[in-house]
Order: sequence, then structure tokens, then C-alpha cells
Amino acid sequence: MPPQRSAVRVRVQPLGDTALIAELGSRLDTALNTRAIALAAALKKRRDVRQAVAAHGTVTVQFDPDQITLEALGLAIRRLATKRPPVEEPGRLHRIPVVYDGPDLEHVAAELRLSPEQVIALHGRPIYRVFLVGFVPGWAYLGPLPDELVLPRRAVPRTQVPAGSVAIAGQETGIYPLASPGGWHLIGRTTVRLFVPDSDPPSLFRVGDRVKFFPTSP
Amino acid sequence: VRAALRVKEPGLLSTIQDLGRPQAVAAGVTPGGAMDRFAHSAANLLIGNNRSAGTLECTLTGPRLFAERSCLVAITGADFAPRINGEEAPMWTGVAVREGDEITFAGRRSGARAYIGVAGGVVGDRWLGSLSTNLLAARGGMHGRALAVGDLVSAADQELPDEAGRSLAGDLRPQYSEHTLHAVIGPHADRLSAGARDALFGETFTLSHDSNRMGYRLEGSSLEAKGDELLSFALVAGAVQLPAGGRPILLMADHQTAGGYPVVAVVVSASMPVAAQLAPGDEVRFHEVSIETALRMRAAQLAALESLI
Repeated sequence: MPPQRSAVRVRVQPLGDTALIAELGSRLDTALNTRAIALAAALKKRRDVRQAVAAHGTVTVQFDPDQITLEALGLAIRRLATKRPPVEEPGRLHRIPVVYDGPDLEHVAAELRLSPEQVIALHGRPIYRVFLVGFVPGWAYLGPLPDELVLPRRAVPRTQVPAGSVAIAGQETGIYPLASPGGWHLIGRTTVRLFVPDSDPPSLFRVGDRVKFFPTSP
Repeated sequence: VRAALRVKEPGLLSTIQDLGRPQAVAAGVTPGGAMDRFAHSAANLLIGNNRSAGTLECTLTGPRLFAERSCLVAITGADFAPRINGEEAPMWTGVAVREGDEITFAGRRSGARAYIGVAGGVVGDRWLGSLSTNLLAARGGMHGRALAVGDLVSAADQELPDEAGRSLAGDLRPQYSEHTLHAVIGPHADRLSAGARDALFGETFTLSHDSNRMGYRLEGSSLEAKGDELLSFALVAGAVQLPAGGRPILLMADHQTAGGYPVVAVVVSASMPVAAQLAPGDEVRFHEVSIETALRMRAAQLAALESLI
């Protein structure tokens, strides 16, 4: 009997002459993300790889073209990706207290034909997964959001969102670590500090971690 | 480590930079580092430093610096007409300054970012493995900020005797005045309409005035792309993103670490020094090349730097 291999198609595409992106899938899917994290970890051990960052279903790889060609690295990635992913250890669980008084809560509820209380209950129900840490320092893409809460981003982004704002957009939720512009719907706020420059690592969340929100009073 | 240069005028935006903190992207922290890695590396290698040592990156205007002690310096990158005690100083060359000398810049002739290397290597606060200045987190370099009047720029004591006068041959210096960026096709270029693809690689774009170390917003014809929004993925410097609205953004050294806009082209590593020398208002074009061509250009650039070792 041939060794058991899971059917995985990996799309490897160049990102310039010193980087590539390997796409395992384009859906928001915990199993895909697990595979991406495992692939990035395996790639980081290679001498010819400078950096590998797992995102939702992709790994962005920076490599040294003096040590390996794009084609050879692509083959190695396909080989690594067909290995059965390791049994995942559950990521660390973060419990995040939220005051649900965001400026978009009423609007979100109306758009979704729910009451604000239902939005709060639905948002606090799942244990979310950290699919990617990035964009700005400490930001984490968390999901999947319950189907009942899926809304497109705001048509016009805010020029300034306060630090600690808890927001939703599409199938994901997140917390603004720093005051910044932003196009997500603000439903609450937390005092948990997501980015502390002088701690190591400076971000609270790591890819693969789990996050649970619970309501608290101001 | 000893004070080498005192800042009498800082210039518009002068920061301490090295080759950045690539490992910090796992925490969402931009890799940062010198925008023009070629000029940064040359400024170090010309005076016997490791290429990863710290340098000063000076944006659009040069600083006025007072030598606290005799040391060897090299000025590379943009031409801001450097002077030592009022006399024109050669660029891309190791120059000995004596205690009490003054380094000034008469004005910008070309390029956007000049680099000043100091023998022994400019030192500063180290954060997440790099002394590059990160202004957003206020960490690294000169206490996480741009140089200010009165700052003392220190350099490590040198072990080897100074050797002034080493120079990078003129034909090995980047062609900064040639505002054509070579780029390979991006992973999401298939989302561009045929017309948009022709425009991306045929038309001239202008750097908008909110272009900075994070990225350049490019004004020109709006590029039409189809398809749904992507789940965010990790980005690299040189990526040309296409947000809704169709105005491309070229990501530079302090780029956001992830995003979901389609990446329609990626500027090749050998063209990033030229990109780093563009100033707001400059015109720029993209020229599509193959990976093979990009690697040949990269090898030639590395060979130019290796001629200094």
C-alpha cells in the first residue's frame, strides 16, 4: 500500500526574485491554517530560507537565491506540504474582557437584523483562532466569526480608531492594538494591551493561539 | 563606543538604520532598515565596517554635523552636495575628518536619501535584534526618534587602522537618475484587465506627497482589477499592491507586514535602491523583467559591493 498522503495542492508563485508565496488554500479554515503554520515552521529550519510567515492559508517565504532556485524551493515546499500535518497542540487561550459599547454596535445590529444583545452574545460565543499576526504591530486576524455576524467592511474607513477597539469585518474579528485608521465595525473596547514594545515577544497573540471574548462592564 | 559626531542641525528626517529586523514580522512589526541597502552597505564597506553596521539615513536634506573626534566617514546614496569645512567632499569614498571638522550639505542635487557611515559603525538602541529606528513604536536607533539638535552620534571603536580614500568606481554606482523600476509580475496580476496590465507596465506614475518609508502611493491612471478581497497574507518590500480604487502602492522598508490587496507586481531587489531614491513628485515607470534577469541584476549589484571588501 502506498504511504498515506493527504491531497494538497500548493500554488507557489514568485514575489520578486528573493521571495515567494505558497498558497495551500484560499478559504478561512482552521485546518488550512494549521498546515500553513507547520509548513512555515519546517521552512524556517532551512539554511536557504531567511523568513517564513504563515497567514490564513498561505506562507510567505523569503529565501537566498544564491543558495536555492525558486523552482527547487517550490519542489521542496510541495514535498513538505504533502506530509501529514502534525497533530496540533492547542494554542494558548487568551480570555479578553470587552465593554460592548462600540460606536457601530447599533448600526451592526440593525444591518444584521439582530438586537445589540444578540450581537454581543454571538460575538462572545466562539473560541476564535489567531489566523495571522500582522498588518500593524500586535494586530491579529481572529475567526471564524459566526455566520450571523458577517458584514462587509465600512464603505468609508475611519481616519482614527482608538487603541483597544474590538471590531468585526467579513468573517473575522480583531482588536486595534494602536490608534490607527481602520475600516472595521467597532462593537466594543478592551483594556488588554496587545503590543508591549519592551516585552519579548512584543505581541500578546501568536499565530495559532485561541481567543475568547467575554462581556464586562465599564 | 565613543561619541563621533554632534548634531548641530538634524535635517528634515535623519535616522539611524541598519539592515532591519526581519524576524520581527512574526509580531507584526515592520522589518524596517535602510531604504537603500546598496548605499547603506557601501557607506559601511568603504570604511572597513561590516555592511550590517548602523549608518545615518538622511532624507531630502542633509544634517550639519560636528566631529567630536577624528574619524573616517563615507557619504553615499543621494547627492545633497556634501561639504567638509565648506570644501566639496567626495561621495562613495572613505574620507578622514579631524576633530572640530564640520560636515554640511549644500543642497539636494539628486536622489532622496543620503547615507553617512562612520568607521566602527554608528551605534544606537537595539530593539528586536536591530538598531534601525522604528518611529511608530518609538524604539531603536536614537531612542526611537529622528536625530535632533545636540544629539551625539556614537560609533564603535575601530580595531583596524583607518584607511581613507577607498572609493566605489563610478560605473558601479546605481543609476539613480533612471527612474525605471524593474519588476516581475505579481501573484495576483491575473486580476488585472488587459488594459490595466498594459498601463501598469507602460504608463508613468507620480509619487504622491504622502509617500514615505512605509510606501509610495502612485498617482496615474486607475488600474482596474476584478475578484473578491483576499484573506490577508504576509507582504514583502517591493510589492506593488492594488487597493480598491486602483491606485497602486509600492511597499518600502517600513511596510505593513500583511494585507489583503492584490499584489500585481513586485519590484526586483536590484531596483529597490533606485526606488529608495525617489522623492514625492518624482515620476516613475515599471518595466517587466523575468526572474532570470532580476537575478542577473542582483548578482551584478552584489559584485559591486564585494569589490569593496
